Amino acid sequence: MSDFDFSPGDGLELAARIIELVREVAGRGCEAEVNVRHEAEALTRFANSAIHQNVASATTGVRLRLHTDGRTAGGSTTLTSADGLRALVERTLAAARVSPADRSWPGLAPPAPLWLSPGHPGSDEWSGFPFGFDEATARADPAERAGRVRDFVDAAGGLETAGYCRTLSVSAAFANTAGQALEGRTAEAAMDGIARADGADGVARLASARLADLDGAVLGARAAAKARAARNPVELPPGEYEVVLEPDAVSDLLENLAVFGFDGRAHHQQQSFAELGKEQFDPSVTIVDEPLGGREEPAADLPFDDEGTPRRALVLVRDGVTTAVTHDRTSAARAGAESTGHASPASRSWGPHATHLRLEAEPLSGHGPSAGGPALIADSARPLVARMRRGLLVTDLWYTRVLDPKTLVITGLTRNGVWLVEDGEVTAPVSNLRFTQSYPQALAPGRVLGIGPSTVLLPERWGRSRYGAPALHLATWNVTGNASG
Amino acid sequence: MSHFDEAGAAVQAALDAGARYADARVMVRRTEAMSARDGDVEDLSFDESAGLGVRALVGSSWGFYAVPDLSGPSARAAGERAARIAAASALVRGPAAELTPAQPVTASWAADCVIDPLGVPLSDKGDLLVRATAAAKAAGADVAEANYAIWDTRKWFVSSEGHRIDQHIRECGAGVTAIAIGDGEVQRRSWPSHRGQFGTRGWELVEELDLVGNAPRMAEEARALLTAPLCPSGETTLVLGGEQLALQIHESVGHAIELDRILGWEAAFAGTSWLDLSRLGSLRYGSELMNITIDPTFPGALGSFGFDDEGTPAAKRHAVRDGVWVGVLAGRDSAAVAGLDYAGSVRSDGWSRLPMVRMTNVGLEPGPHTLDEIIAATGDGVFMDVNRSWSIDDRRLNFQFGCEIGYEIKNGRLGRMLRNPTYTGIGPRFWQSMDMLSSETVAWGTPNCGKGQPGQIGHTGHPAAPARFTNVRVGVRA
Repeated sequence: MSDFDFSPGDGLELAARIIELVREVAGRGCEAEVNVRHEAEALTRFANSAIHQNVASATTGVRLRLHTDGRTAGGSTTLTSADGLRALVERTLAAARVSPADRSWPGLAPPAPLWLSPGHPGSDEWSGFPFGFDEATARADPAERAGRVRDFVDAAGGLETAGYCRTLSVSAAFANTAGQALEGRTAEAAMDGIARADGADGVARLASARLADLDGAVLGARAAAKARAARNPVELPPGEYEVVLEPDAVSDLLENLAVFGFDGRAHHQQQSFAELGKEQFDPSVTIVDEPLGGREEPAADLPFDDEGTPRRALVLVRDGVTTAVTHDRTSAARAGAESTGHASPASRSWGPHATHLRLEAEPLSGHGPSAGGPALIADSARPLVARMRRGLLVTDLWYTRVLDPKTLVITGLTRNGVWLVEDGEVTAPVSNLRFTQSYPQALAPGRVLGIGPSTVLLPERWGRSRYGAPALHLATWNVTGNASG
Repeated sequence: MSHFDEAGAAVQAALDAGARYADARVMVRRTEAMSARDGDVEDLSFDESAGLGVRALVGSSWGFYAVPDLSGPSARAAGERAARIAAASALVRGPAAELTPAQPVTASWAADCVIDPLGVPLSDKGDLLVRATAAAKAAGADVAEANYAIWDTRKWFVSSEGHRIDQHIRECGAGVTAIAIGDGEVQRRSWPSHRGQFGTRGWELVEELDLVGNAPRMAEEARALLTAPLCPSGETTLVLGGEQLALQIHESVGHAIELDRILGWEAAFAGTSWLDLSRLGSLRYGSELMNITIDPTFPGALGSFGFDDEGTPAAKRHAVRDGVWVGVLAGRDSAAVAGLDYAGSVRSDGWSRLPMVRMTNVGLEPGPHTLDEIIAATGDGVFMDVNRSWSIDDRRLNFQFGCEIGYEIKNGRLGRMLRNPTYTGIGPRFWQSMDMLSSETVAWGTPNCGKGQPGQIGHTGHPAAPARFTNVRVGVRA
């Protein structure tokens, strides 16, 4: 039995039925948009080197937003029977009619075709969506996930391990009363695990649109190498340090830039550091949001957002210059801009955020070797470490929180391995450090000493975002505390 | 309408498929949320989610499967599926999981609720947010935001040991925030809490908050913060308001005493704990003023319930007594591993998520003082309140918090307002420095506690009162 049993066309048919129901109940003057979403998620979780939680769910949900007589309300349900859908429409309409006037209603997305990527690897004939969809990932069973967990555990060579292997497939459709009607589907797999040695942890994680890309043995060996090399750490005093951030750590920078920097609503309200057209980053920095995937990667997300705006790649920073921020239709209307396809159920309240940022890697020329050397160093970080005279190699960042959104000053901690690097060599493991650092300042002109030659696709730890991150060599990183306080 | 039959069918199917224990929850949750900005309603949504989640124990692993279809055949298929998923875990098995003994319970429980929050007209609720944000805007806020949220949850729980429990839990809360935007920085003030105050109560909770009456002061303080002096850097005596202390408890005590973390079950994501079970009953966590209780019976607090999601009746117990660590938040499986005879702290975020160890109401028992007495007894120090940022390491030791507002304390009086107040420390060292504690307890609600994979949002409560700490490092900045 597969959880991915939502056939092509099912979602659009359901969405069309709801649009008709709205017209019947509310009349033709009511604007409506409908999202239908079928999700099959499965996650095999391990700890103390054994699978302890193994979960799966298959859910179909409908989200409806109505605008009538200048008033707006939204609603959702998992009850997709005829009665359930009628109740959703009636409830949402009743809410809209008694809610206060909505003066910021931006109107519905007009009909527009999807941005396609013809010939994309992984394309199939289904519905004409050549965005890459791996049927095998969508239909993976618990044994396939468990097999990868076994490989991770075995490769750790007896170290204690913990983590997960996840598969997710989404089939979705959108329709509105302005005539926009779209459907699409996506699949994703991710593995994230640690190995533990004498209180020291090492991590390895990877996201892909194909479960087949995830090799538990490779990830387990990498995590174990880091954990073994992180034993018996020394403590370093607070201060400014040169750093090489590995891709896992860089993904945290991308996430915070996406949420607090490139949010079009925050930008319009002057709560973001972003200034369009200004060279705010080092010229080596180019950041792109890639919901449709890129290069040989299948799509990371659905090809349209929750308002029915087709998604496409968006360059947010090009050669150090901030070039765009992200919008849904509401924030775009306020800012006098166009929606960039970043509407989500929460974007009207919390802002439209990019969820698939990639920091462009730098070609290898001028760098040291990208392969060979200690296994504890990520491939993308090796050439950067090789030319660092004295600084820190940081695997991962943890529990980062914003002290000031405008300057994007963030505090957080290192996690899963920190090492002192001297004359291009790792010389000692270091205990975890607390930092308080403005992220834009860390990436400012002249502060980026190098970007790794390869990008790693990484799953967000909490949600379902995905980031493409190379390693990053920065001139300074403000360490404000250590294990002693 | 009861859903015991569907839950029972799922449990039986799991047993038939080889599970040695199974339980199932049917949950129907209605959620209403509204937000307003600068005098306009920005978003209004009403969501309904219904489904069944079944948990099956085979060998060393839980298998869990969830479906929105509540028909009998669907429930039976889900039960069978949960057992099959659990069986697949045998490829990487550990020691067989056990459960602490439990008495089967047949019961019904409902939270106290004076004014049904879903019954209050939407126009009234919208007017409240519109007026609160308009009042803040008129008083000088560059941006004013307000929100409320309501959760109405009904659960039907059946276990293979004979539990049949239904519960009706109504929760709600609201808040208003004023934002002032300066040249290069943003200041904010929130009432009554940085994300609003929430509880397992009816709309009477929101009416007591007086959002409209407090909004202008928030705007004035946010604007004043733009030109206030920076919080000085160094070690000093720190007095924390109750709202901030609630989050301090949540992060540096509540998560640390979660038994699944202590056992390493959350090591890869949420992290572990600095606490070592071999020292349960003897470890000094804080000063003798520190009495932390786990109390899901606390009336109206956001972590209150009649039974947890394993069917264990709510009961109050100490986690820290007179400064000594004496208790944990546990589930039946983790308690069995640790050799403990109690559980009662397992909940799930809806029908589609596996129940796991969660905080209930984890709070500080009241002390002998008042905030005024604490300030009056402090010659030199800093007062901080209302959280703005929080960060703590994966063992729950090294923390750094930022607050919205601070004041210097000089010669027993509050002095100048301070902007960007932050403080940092190491958990047990910090708690051992607590030398004064107020009796003015408020059960603050935290509606956004994240944990687990797939991620789950938990609702927790934290009774807390102002307190004083010595030799704390403050004023950490970039």
